[in-house]
Amino acid sequence: MSGKEYSGAEIIINSLVDLGVEVIFGYPGGAVLPLYDALFEQDKIRHILVRHEQAAVHAAEGYARSTGKPGVVLVTSGPGATNAVTGLTDAMLDSIPVICLTGQVPVHLIGSDAFQEADTVGITRHCTKHNYLVRDVDILSQTIHEAFYVATSGRPGPVVVDVPKDVQIFTSSTVHKGQVKHRSYRPEVKGDINAIREAVKLLSGAKKPIFYTGGGVINSGPAAAQLLREIVQFTGAPITSTLMGLGAYPASDKQFLGMLGMHGTYEANHAMYDCDVMICVGARFDDRVTGRLDAFSPNSKKIHIDIDRSSINKTVRVDVPIVGDVAHVLEDMLKLWKASVLEKGQQSYDDWWVQIEKWRERDCLKYSQSDDVIMPQYALERLQELTKEKDVYFTTEVGQHQMWAAQFLKFEDPNRWMTSGGLGTMGYGFPAAIGVQIAHPNSLVIDVAGEASIQMNIQELGTAIQYGLPVKIFILNNEYMGMVRQWQEMNHGSRYSQSYSDSLPDFIALAKAYGGHGIVVDKPGDVDGAIKEMMETDGLVIVDCRVEKLANCFPMVPSGAAHNEMILPEEEEIREFEGGAALV
Amino acid sequence: MYHTHKEIEIAARHTFSIIVDNEAGVLARVIGLFSGRGYNIEHLTVAPVDLQGSESRITVVTTGTPHVIEQIQAQLDRLVPVHKVGDLTASGPHIERELALIKVHCQNEKQQAALRIAEAFRAKIVDSSFESYIFEVTGKTDKIRAFIRLMEDVGLVEAVRTGVAALTRGAQPL
Ligand SMILES: Cc1ncc(C[n+]2csc(CCOP(=O)(O)OP(=O)(O)O)c2C)c(N)n1
Ligand SMILES: [Mg+2]
Repeated sequence: MSGKEYSGAEIIINSLVDLGVEVIFGYPGGAVLPLYDALFEQDKIRHILVRHEQAAVHAAEGYARSTGKPGVVLVTSGPGATNAVTGLTDAMLDSIPVICLTGQVPVHLIGSDAFQEADTVGITRHCTKHNYLVRDVDILSQTIHEAFYVATSGRPGPVVVDVPKDVQIFTSSTVHKGQVKHRSYRPEVKGDINAIREAVKLLSGAKKPIFYTGGGVINSGPAAAQLLREIVQFTGAPITSTLMGLGAYPASDKQFLGMLGMHGTYEANHAMYDCDVMICVGARFDDRVTGRLDAFSPNSKKIHIDIDRSSINKTVRVDVPIVGDVAHVLEDMLKLWKASVLEKGQQSYDDWWVQIEKWRERDCLKYSQSDDVIMPQYALERLQELTKEKDVYFTTEVGQHQMWAAQFLKFEDPNRWMTSGGLGTMGYGFPAAIGVQIAHPNSLVIDVAGEASIQMNIQELGTAIQYGLPVKIFILNNEYMGMVRQWQEMNHGSRYSQSYSDSLPDFIALAKAYGGHGIVVDKPGDVDGAIKEMMETDGLVIVDCRVEKLANCFPMVPSGAAHNEMILPEEEEIREFEGGAALV
Repeated sequence: MYHTHKEIEIAARHTFSIIVDNEAGVLARVIGLFSGRGYNIEHLTVAPVDLQGSESRITVVTTGTPHVIEQIQAQLDRLVPVHKVGDLTASGPHIERELALIKVHCQNEKQQAALRIAEAFRAKIVDSSFESYIFEVTGKTDKIRAFIRLMEDVGLVEAVRTGVAALTRGAQPL
């Protein structure tokens, strides 16, 4: 068998083209020069040059989450790979399909502490779904295909392929074609029909059911979000969502109770606490959702749909586990449920809704806006109002602004909301917005930022300008690492140790320095104007929105409390929870 | 009002059999999972088990509550190069053996004692000098422990154990 010979670098590029890759986010260096040379020779794949490798991974995540396609990253050995680690860990915790190609020193130098050598597969073993060190150019093509299969199937996640420089240069005629059949890895997508039947039986007897949905619905794809809408509307039951799941169900629908968890709504957390049957769809009972575990929804029967069996019974015991892909399972479930309703009639949840409406009346997101200081909630409400008719995508950084964004922005569709949920990575939002904008060049892409977080990947202004990306950075500038300050207020006697954002840059001048546009706003009456100016300006814009410095994000389930023990805005007197300081 | 209906779970010893692709780093993945998630490893054995050497079998003895044991199995199953995971302790009757080499320093009447104990345990002498023996003994963990314990009184110098190898009883594979 003597086909045409290709270099390892060409094999990688050809495999990526075969796999439908259109964009790579990367940064060059010695150990990937052959690959960059191969990129130079072709025009099928676009390379986006970031300013820091961490940003390359976040951009790939933004690209992936907003399109449903995997994101691809290319970085050099040693520092290139180690800089990517935070991004990989972020993708791991939020189950985002990312393929990260890393250069490595030549095979004969591995293990010798060569220049820019790092044990990349060793370092990334814990923060990837899987990783490969390819020592043989003959299996390179097959490995790239396998990496894509592993990253995108089952529970998605990041995969690293570490390619020594000589393997990029050696030639081979072995090229992989067609489907990957992995020897040991074969994720299940169909759920066990008997378990689904049992779930329907439980649900058809429920008087106070609730859907608790998460990022798994979005990862499963548009069909899952569609089926979720159908099944929720067919049953008439309430639904709440995790941070990662927002948009899978339309926020404007009256059955939607808003986000649940530490900064979730009063109605969502109470309904979760009081329900008699909980159906968890593609969520994982994260500690930000459950609060104190032994007090989590104590009287409910629990059904859990998850593609990852290890997520089931990990922290919360469930009664009906269903391992499978959300769309497949919901499809079967909807059929069985319809049949059950034909037979036994539909349960009425009227009493349940009466109760839920009472919780809703607490109006837990209430805040008061004065004439002279902008409340962060107000700024977000205006942002929501003025962008709702637009084709808009939101990303966030991490902190109070992120939680307010989750509370006040209203997502009607999946894939429109990109945030770092599991890892909580400051510096995620701006590069993620770059990835989103690359995938959706004509859409409005807004990074809701904090003045501290935005500085963690601020160098990406260069990337945005280079590629003419009109990303909008909307900074809720409270001059504090607000979320840290809030915890210090609650758990550490208001001793604001190192949480003041001192020596802030002039964000307007900074935007200008790179070639963008800056807007500063500090009066409530000017907020609308600033937002309109931001949207009407072509190209990159930073809005420095000066907000109330000491606002706290409520409702809040303090760390260590039960999930129905929320602090609400009007009870501003802050209770300290015993042991709260020791918890995360 | 606090609800404290925490089930009191008792930790028990479980033996896992794991069939893996014999690729670089696979053992690090399995061990890393145990250390990263705070599970403990009491015994670990690993070697290729097919003629081509493409598959290895890892046996791990661990302790955990039923909840932890269920998680260990699910987490192992999720690793990409893992073909099959079996909890032998949960799946019924199975055989467990380990092999140990035990070096004993002894003279005169202690020598007689060493030989007597070795005979009772069906240990083989695999090395001897004027004043020492190395015994090879196989059996269940309890037996190996008992043997080492007795040899302490005789003059134990050092011991090495392979860790547990285990298979389910009957005709079926894992
Ligand atoms: C990389 C990283 N370092 C530290 C933290 C801890 N942390 C969480 S929120 C926060 C403050 C964020 O401040 P800012 O971006 O101004 O947002 P705000 O809370 O004020 O809205 C910090 C330091 C983190 N999440 N990520
Ligand atoms: Mg801030």
